[in-house]
Amino acid sequence: MENTSKRYWKGVEELRNDATFVKNANSEFANPDLSESSSDLDGLLGGSNTQRRDFLKVMGFGMAAVSLAACETPVHKAIPYINKPEFTFPSISDYYASTFSEGGDYAAILVETREGRPIKIEGNPSSSVSKGGTTPRSQASVLSLYDIDKLKGPKRGEADIDWATADREIISQLNSVAAKGGAIRIVTSTILSPTTKAVVADFIAKFPTASHITYDANSVFGLMQANQASFGKAVIPSYDFGKAQTIVGIGADFLGTWVAPIEYMGGYVKGRQVGAIGGGKKTMSRHYQFETGLSLTGANADYRTAIKPSQEGLVVAALYNKVAAKVGGAAISTSSIDVPNLDKAATDLASSRGKALVVSGSNDPNIQIVVNALNNLLGSYGVTIDLNSPVNYRQGNDQQMNAFIDEAKAGRVGAALFFASNPVYDHPRGAELAEALPKLQLSVSFADRADETASLAKYITPAPHFLECWGDAEPKPGFYSLTQPAITHIFKTRQFQSSLLTWVGKSNDYQAYLKNYWRTTQYPKASGFSSFDAFWVKCLNDGVFEPTTGATSGGASFTGNVAQAAAGIAQRYKPTTGMEVCLYEKVGVGTGAMANNPWLQELPDPVTKACWDNYAALSQKTAKELNVVQNDLVTVTVNGKSVELPVIIQPGQADNTVSIAIGYGREKGGKSANGVGENVYPFVSLVGGYATYAAFSAKVEKASGSHEIAQTQTHDTVMGRKAVLQETRLAEYVKNPKAGRYEPHVQTSKGPVDPNDITLWNGYGKPVHSWGMVIDLNSCLGCGTCIVACNAENNIQVVGRKEVIRRREMHWLRIDRYYSSDADVEDYSAMEVASANPEVTFQPMLCQHCSNAPCETVCPVLATTHSTEGLNQMTYNRCIGTRYCANNCPYKVRRFNWFKYFDNDNFDYHFNNDLGKMVINPDVTVRSRGVIEKCSFCVQRIQESKLTAKKERRTLAPDEVQTACSQACSTGAIIFGDMNNPESTISKVLMAEQNERAFHVLEEINVRPQISYLTKIRNKDEEPKNNKNAQQESHA
Amino acid sequence: MSHVTSAVRTPLVTGGKTYADVTEDISKQVEGAPTREWTIAFIIAVVVLIYGTACLFWTWWEGLGVWGLNKTVGWAWDITNFVWWVGIGHAGTLISAILLLFRQKWRTAVNRAAEAMTIFAVICAASFIMMHAGRPWVAYWCLPLPNTLGSLWVNFKSPLVWDVFAISTYFTVSLVFWYMGLIPDLATIRDRARSKVSRYMYGAFSLGWNGSAKTWARYEYMSLILAGLSTPLVLSVHTIVSMDFATSVIPGWHTTIFPPYFVAGAIFSGFAMVQNLVLIIRVVFKLEDYITVEHIESMNKVITLTGSIVGVAYLTEFFIAWYSGVEFESYAFINRATGPYWWAYWAMMTCNVITPQLFWSRAIRRSIVWTFVLSVVVNIGMWFERFVIIVTSLHRDYLPSSWAMFHPTLFDISDYIFSFGLFFTLFLLFSKFLPVVNMAEVKTIIKSSSEKLPASVSGVAKGERVANPTFNKDVE
Repeated sequence: MENTSKRYWKGVEELRNDATFVKNANSEFANPDLSESSSDLDGLLGGSNTQRRDFLKVMGFGMAAVSLAACETPVHKAIPYINKPEFTFPSISDYYASTFSEGGDYAAILVETREGRPIKIEGNPSSSVSKGGTTPRSQASVLSLYDIDKLKGPKRGEADIDWATADREIISQLNSVAAKGGAIRIVTSTILSPTTKAVVADFIAKFPTASHITYDANSVFGLMQANQASFGKAVIPSYDFGKAQTIVGIGADFLGTWVAPIEYMGGYVKGRQVGAIGGGKKTMSRHYQFETGLSLTGANADYRTAIKPSQEGLVVAALYNKVAAKVGGAAISTSSIDVPNLDKAATDLASSRGKALVVSGSNDPNIQIVVNALNNLLGSYGVTIDLNSPVNYRQGNDQQMNAFIDEAKAGRVGAALFFASNPVYDHPRGAELAEALPKLQLSVSFADRADETASLAKYITPAPHFLECWGDAEPKPGFYSLTQPAITHIFKTRQFQSSLLTWVGKSNDYQAYLKNYWRTTQYPKASGFSSFDAFWVKCLNDGVFEPTTGATSGGASFTGNVAQAAAGIAQRYKPTTGMEVCLYEKVGVGTGAMANNPWLQELPDPVTKACWDNYAALSQKTAKELNVVQNDLVTVTVNGKSVELPVIIQPGQADNTVSIAIGYGREKGGKSANGVGENVYPFVSLVGGYATYAAFSAKVEKASGSHEIAQTQTHDTVMGRKAVLQETRLAEYVKNPKAGRYEPHVQTSKGPVDPNDITLWNGYGKPVHSWGMVIDLNSCLGCGTCIVACNAENNIQVVGRKEVIRRREMHWLRIDRYYSSDADVEDYSAMEVASANPEVTFQPMLCQHCSNAPCETVCPVLATTHSTEGLNQMTYNRCIGTRYCANNCPYKVRRFNWFKYFDNDNFDYHFNNDLGKMVINPDVTVRSRGVIEKCSFCVQRIQESKLTAKKERRTLAPDEVQTACSQACSTGAIIFGDMNNPESTISKVLMAEQNERAFHVLEEINVRPQISYLTKIRNKDEEPKNNKNAQQESHA
Repeated sequence: MSHVTSAVRTPLVTGGKTYADVTEDISKQVEGAPTREWTIAFIIAVVVLIYGTACLFWTWWEGLGVWGLNKTVGWAWDITNFVWWVGIGHAGTLISAILLLFRQKWRTAVNRAAEAMTIFAVICAASFIMMHAGRPWVAYWCLPLPNTLGSLWVNFKSPLVWDVFAISTYFTVSLVFWYMGLIPDLATIRDRARSKVSRYMYGAFSLGWNGSAKTWARYEYMSLILAGLSTPLVLSVHTIVSMDFATSVIPGWHTTIFPPYFVAGAIFSGFAMVQNLVLIIRVVFKLEDYITVEHIESMNKVITLTGSIVGVAYLTEFFIAWYSGVEFESYAFINRATGPYWWAYWAMMTCNVITPQLFWSRAIRRSIVWTFVLSVVVNIGMWFERFVIIVTSLHRDYLPSSWAMFHPTLFDISDYIFSFGLFFTLFLLFSKFLPVVNMAEVKTIIKSSSEKLPASVSGVAKGERVANPTFNKDVE
């Protein structure tokens, strides 16, 4: 088609169609000087050829670069799967069965992973050893995986080296030591893994001068030796607290820290649960505790007697004599001792013969022999004690370790390898070892950080966290479990086993070694598998393999020499007048191996409610005598070694004693561990080759200054408030299941009515689900596992010591601990003071999800509202932070974000770096500063289960949804479920208990919580003291 | 405009002032150069404001954690200061509205300053509303603004939303009332202005006031209407503020006596603050003839009355706590008097209950020094009253496990100081650039009957007046 339109030209060049014009016709701005390269940066910056546009370009770039650099542009790392793994779906959790085992603490676990990163540890119910139970440390271990303080690769001294160099040098050193016939020592804490022991055996086979030394920072070597002497078996038996009618604990914190708390707690509560939760039974075991400091176990005892450490042997011997007198046994010679409840305990023990259990936490074999004899008299063996199913949790040999330190000091050790052990820190002779270590020709530590021992070792060949590892464990003979990696190695670390295998010249493929070991040792025990691979996959899937199903044999014949043991006791335990020291372990931090875990540091001690410190616990009377008050510093001197610690006034502490926790005072543990508290391992003495966690002669003096202890609860007593805490005694409960209940009434013109019958509220409908909780105060032992589980599930921030002192901890779930008081109910100031040896009650406290929630009405912006399922919901991004809701919460469970806690270096607790933040649960918002947060009943879990059910076109099964706390609770104290589903456990329990033990906290204010508590019942005979003026149960 | 007052009544304006005197005495502060006292005071106020602003900035930058609040005590100085300032604000409206309706002529000399104080006090109070929010940048969500979030709206059940309405209404009405009262005076200053800038500025703000009978009539109507509107606000604002506490479930807050008790307390503290301010103004600006001892005495009487109401309220609270038989409430009150914060309670009782009773003595209530000191004491007492209500009720409520102490930090204190900086900066600006006494209204109360010339005569035409006693008198 002919172009008929007029043609206009822009210039004479276009008209002429110059070659240069044609070339530039399409560029918007003509560049007349084409011979110069304008894109050449040199030319640009050289200046002479710079043109306007280039100048602008450079300037623009410069400005942008400078401002970008100045602004620290956030880098959001979102790495999509290029090839999505077949069974991994974004936002869908995968669970891997694995095993937590640290220093003899054992739990079969399930690891929840999200897009390849572990975010939560849960108990593995398939295990008949830990039965789905967990401890604070196993729950918190996932955070240690993402600890930024860990080593990124092997080191020689301060220098980073690569693995090839490390291997070459260590192998040549090992060979040189071996060639000289020098001793090689592998020092470990208790190893539960049979395969690891096989690897160690391989190593010893290659280097015959090597030997394996096991020690425990919290040793029970004396118990094993006593069993050797009594029964010919150097083992720790299994204890079944559930079968015991009378339990006597002497210095054994078996519910908190002693040997295997998960198992003991499970058994113990079986004997303590009554009513609907206890299968309808109305009987309880009775628990006596004789101990120095108030432990978690003592806090749960029906009768507790405070004794000095020097009385421990005498109490055991006296108890033996008293029981022997009743059941017919030879008395032993002992000096007399008069402490409360001893006769009563003996009577109860004798009358429950065959259903009794006495445990002692002493590491003195003489005491343990007498305890064994006592249990033998009582017929406990074969019933409550099973010697044929021992536990492997503690294998440490104090004498071996002691000998090793002597050897090392004498220069007789050529090489020492430290795995899962930190003796410079946690052995009483650590300082001596620290001096000896540099003199060794070769020292290697497998620690994940340059800790107190590793920093003195010539090489550190860091082993990864257990969640990156292959492994296995044998907590009890015949019970096995597997550890499988839930994430690839984060840093350039290598498993201890692989390192040893490399150094003995074998393939370092420990996975293959493990598989092969299981093929040869475990597979033959299994039946019904077509191939080993099928067996292996099944074991990995289940996490556990239990070929023996715990067949318990009959009794055992006691062959110990009681008289000799009694003589030993008489010689060592004598009445003292001075101060004594008792060392104990805390439920959270334990031996200090996991001290760099902020969740554990901030977990309040169940009894003192203190975190981020250890301290000198003194009784009120002793503190007065020393002229000190809480937080004053005292100098405690034992065997010429002193530490300065703040005082905590501890009701129930024996007079003239001071209790101090081990596990603190780390110097090279990491940012959260260092400088927290004081190290009192040097106070541990070795008496006759047995580590003794007490000192009968110590000096406690007031020092200058003070150090405030961070406590999450500072008021100890319940102030006679029966609306808060309702408790009774077993005898009363048997007579009247409603005993101890407090039912307030309001006077009206029509007579007294229930306060909930007078209401301004219309209420909310709960047409489908009504989520609720029942908390049994008898089953809750106060351990705090639920708190850590809640921290992990709900991304709860750690705020640190200073902020806890300012009463700003963020825990959504807390366990209130109340001491009884001797005062009359009207005497308010006297009621603030706890009894000298109080009764203790633990009350888990979390958002009560009130149906008439005071927080909801006061929020100006509707940031907290009610759901149709009975949940009190929090909408973080709507919250403007008036804190009115928190003020108006009668339970004080709402938490405010005073600061921005993540990405803030003032809160250096792993949430300020990319590695630490990998632990964040992506289902739960990380709250910004200025908003309120609180327990959501794990609404993300409810939602997930509802969606799953919906996709599967079914209704929710009863008890299908579990909150993190209810799931973590080893004792079943927290029952969560749908109160609208009559098949759910909670409905059944409430149906049975609603007119018996079930009560709401603060019933009279008509907030109608979704959480019911079941009254605390103590198996005590006499009337509790503070009940004599019981208030009238009606209000005007 | 003027009116006839019986010769036996004590004159409200002394010194035999004429209309010209009034204009001259009051306008000269506005027109003249700043005095030395004013300059020093202003510099101090601005320095305090700058320091306070820096601290406030840090509070907002870091988060409210810089305060001493905790999980148990979620409000302390922030809301104490808020209620305190709102309370202070009440006197201005009471003087300008209720006293207008009650035809208390003496109010004309102090209502301008009192209303200005009200407005600035409410601004200070509002600053604490903003300050106490965890996320102040979204605090506007408390307003029922249309939004794209569907049905998301404010919670009309929340007393904080009521507060927002109450205080914003109060502020608006007070501001309009105050400004309207200023218009004739602004016009006066406009007319006297010598510089172009003043003429332009005061001209613009006087909104074309021409002083015609019609404008005056409208002015009078509007005064009456606004007085009618403000009167319920005097009662409602602090009633609603008190409901922040009264509608809650916290023992010590959950009390039906709060509304009247808070209103009385607010008037009590407001008058004390007015006393403090006018006592300074009358000396510094030489307005003794306008703000006389009679004024001070009248206000002291109001202080005694409201202080006694407050005292009765304190005792009633205690009685009811015992009579109710509710253990939590009984404990809350025993804890107030004998618990760890006993000193705050007794500071409150001493300052608020005992102090105003001293005014039963005529000598004390007519003494400038006593009045000034006791007014300061009253405001200290009223600050402690709010502290006692807020902190001692919260720190030990239902569950003893959560009982905690509150300790203020530097930032709690500095952010309070900020409000003083803000208040005094605004008040000093007001006192320099606007007439501190309502000239137009004061002129209405000058005695115009032909009484004898007073012994001491001051004013612009002193010479003429002494020479010619009928000078400038209304011709009957």
